[in-house]
Amino acid sequence: MPKSNLDISRLKERYHTMLRIRAFEEFAIKAADEKLVLGAIHPSIGQEACAVGVCAALRQDDFLLSTHRGHGHTLAKGADALAMMRELFGREGGICGGKGGSMHIADFSVGMLGANGVVAANINIAAGAAHAAKLLGQDKIAVCIFGDGAINRGPFLEGLNWASAFNLPVLFICEDNQWASTTRSKDVTGGDDPVKRANSLGIKGESVDGNDVMAVEEVTTRMVTEIRAGAGPRLLHAKTYRLLGHTSVDKAAYRPDGEADGKWAECPISRTKDLLIRAGVSESEISKLKADAAAEMNAAFEEAKVSPWPAISDAYSDVQDIGSIKPMDT
Amino acid sequence: MPTITYREAGKLAVQEAMQADPSVWCLGEDLGRGGVFGQYAGLETEFGDDRICSTPISEAAIMGAAVGAAMAGTRPIVEMRFADFALCAIDELVNQAAKARYMFGGQVKVPITVREPMGMWRSSAAQHSQSLEAWYTHIPGLVVVAPSTPADNYGLLSTSIKSDDPVVYMEHKNLWDVSGDVTLGQTLPLGKAHIAKHGGDVSVVTWSAQVHTALEAAEILATEGIEIEVIDLRSLWPWDEDTVAKSLAKTGRLVVCHEAVGVSGFGAEILATISERYFGLLKRPPIRVTAPRIPISYAPNLENEVKVTAKDISNAIRQMD
Repeated sequence: MPKSNLDISRLKERYHTMLRIRAFEEFAIKAADEKLVLGAIHPSIGQEACAVGVCAALRQDDFLLSTHRGHGHTLAKGADALAMMRELFGREGGICGGKGGSMHIADFSVGMLGANGVVAANINIAAGAAHAAKLLGQDKIAVCIFGDGAINRGPFLEGLNWASAFNLPVLFICEDNQWASTTRSKDVTGGDDPVKRANSLGIKGESVDGNDVMAVEEVTTRMVTEIRAGAGPRLLHAKTYRLLGHTSVDKAAYRPDGEADGKWAECPISRTKDLLIRAGVSESEISKLKADAAAEMNAAFEEAKVSPWPAISDAYSDVQDIGSIKPMDT
Repeated sequence: MPTITYREAGKLAVQEAMQADPSVWCLGEDLGRGGVFGQYAGLETEFGDDRICSTPISEAAIMGAAVGAAMAGTRPIVEMRFADFALCAIDELVNQAAKARYMFGGQVKVPITVREPMGMWRSSAAQHSQSLEAWYTHIPGLVVVAPSTPADNYGLLSTSIKSDDPVVYMEHKNLWDVSGDVTLGQTLPLGKAHIAKHGGDVSVVTWSAQVHTALEAAEILATEGIEIEVIDLRSLWPWDEDTVAKSLAKTGRLVVCHEAVGVSGFGAEILATISERYFGLLKRPPIRVTAPRIPISYAPNLENEVKVTAKDISNAIRQMD
């Protein structure tokens, strides 16, 4: 329970950011249904607390690396929603100029070094960003969010060992939504959990209720403080649940009937709303926060829809400095 | 103008780059001990173990960390030990390093230089001998360099480290001890070929250690009155089409020789490009002299089966007329 006005105000902010993420993804799904977004959309609906709780504990110049399911992380790190929506639509003014789409969203101006289309590939990149910060004598840290599926790929071992061996300022976060694509991850994962794997490599870690935004923020804040002080890497295992399918068009028919139904009431947004109501925040204030978030994302949706396509010449730009080709060379 | 080895020339390029720019650092296995071929010998003493970073045997982490470190403002020199081992880091090179700038809409560049010692060397068999340069030329975003002399190794590596592109830099293991004159401060542009020997009869296009083999063939053929022109491409992407075309305008005969397997080797790209764009310059069908499509053996006599020799090159050239 929030204890003070300060806590309540902070909780309202976190709630609002989660609502923005939820609304962004609802409009992204609508856009995919209407064939306005053509590529795959991997919704993080139900997982908003991890994005918001983690990013609330970071500075803007800290690095963040995300996954194919990364809209929430990117918004929470401070990226512009309209530029993100345009990117999903593949339009000019997209955050990557329409050249990346949902799975390659990045905003280097807020330290967001990219979502990644390859599971676990962000782990070594995060270790390297932290390595650079250490070499350059900066007090930035790198945070790498990956899913439960990623812990079974080689880069998990290589990257965690690397971070441990070089005592790097990096926080690894396993956002465990229990489903690796369309397979229940516990059916294909040996051992107990990612914390024990991290421990075996000399990295301290702990688990947290990943649907409790304030708990996530609290433990992340503590870990970030330790990491920034030079304690080396940490791993946080945030347990959550993917309420929808792997992609927006996946109905998740492989899950037992009703598995997800009971989880909606436990989702971070429902739980935070309950906390706010119990702390005395009015229904009308909560409705207004929701309406604000929906209006912002509706505007982004409408604006993206009428944004022009990128210039054809953009297909040839930003390939490389030496040896780049012109359209006439093809 | 000191006379130094190919190995020392590479080290000198790294050393000067690190002296000039504190954001340049090296990462790879055993670098503190000089690297597997001694190409980093003594650098840890000068620059410390933070900047000459000896890593675990974790190719994916070496390459992946370099990508992240490049995004975060440093200029890593990645040592892969053997080109064959870089295959353990292909996602990091091909999906990450080569793509980041493009798919993030130009928000970031990935200035890494990936040293991948290539080629046959001392009965090293199938997993320590390959020449895979053509693979990388297929990947948009990458620059591919293969130096043949100490001067080129110094000049091309210096330029590669300064480049903002990810560069796959392939030194040949059989050239480490080759000596030659190096002019300090003389860097070389990427994408400019070097005419290693002038001649008016046949244009022989090659790179890396095969340049020396082609020069041997040139000596043999000169005794028979055939003057070949040996063009050392130096870099395969970009490759210097103009210099090759100019030579062909003179000779009308094209031979490409390379150590790599011929099937889908870079010779195929050169022949295709020349056929498409400069067909009129060709007086004879072009020829490739390359390795057969078999793995590289351990036993010297079997290893020799895949080697492209001066004899192979001169035989091919004699058949052109």
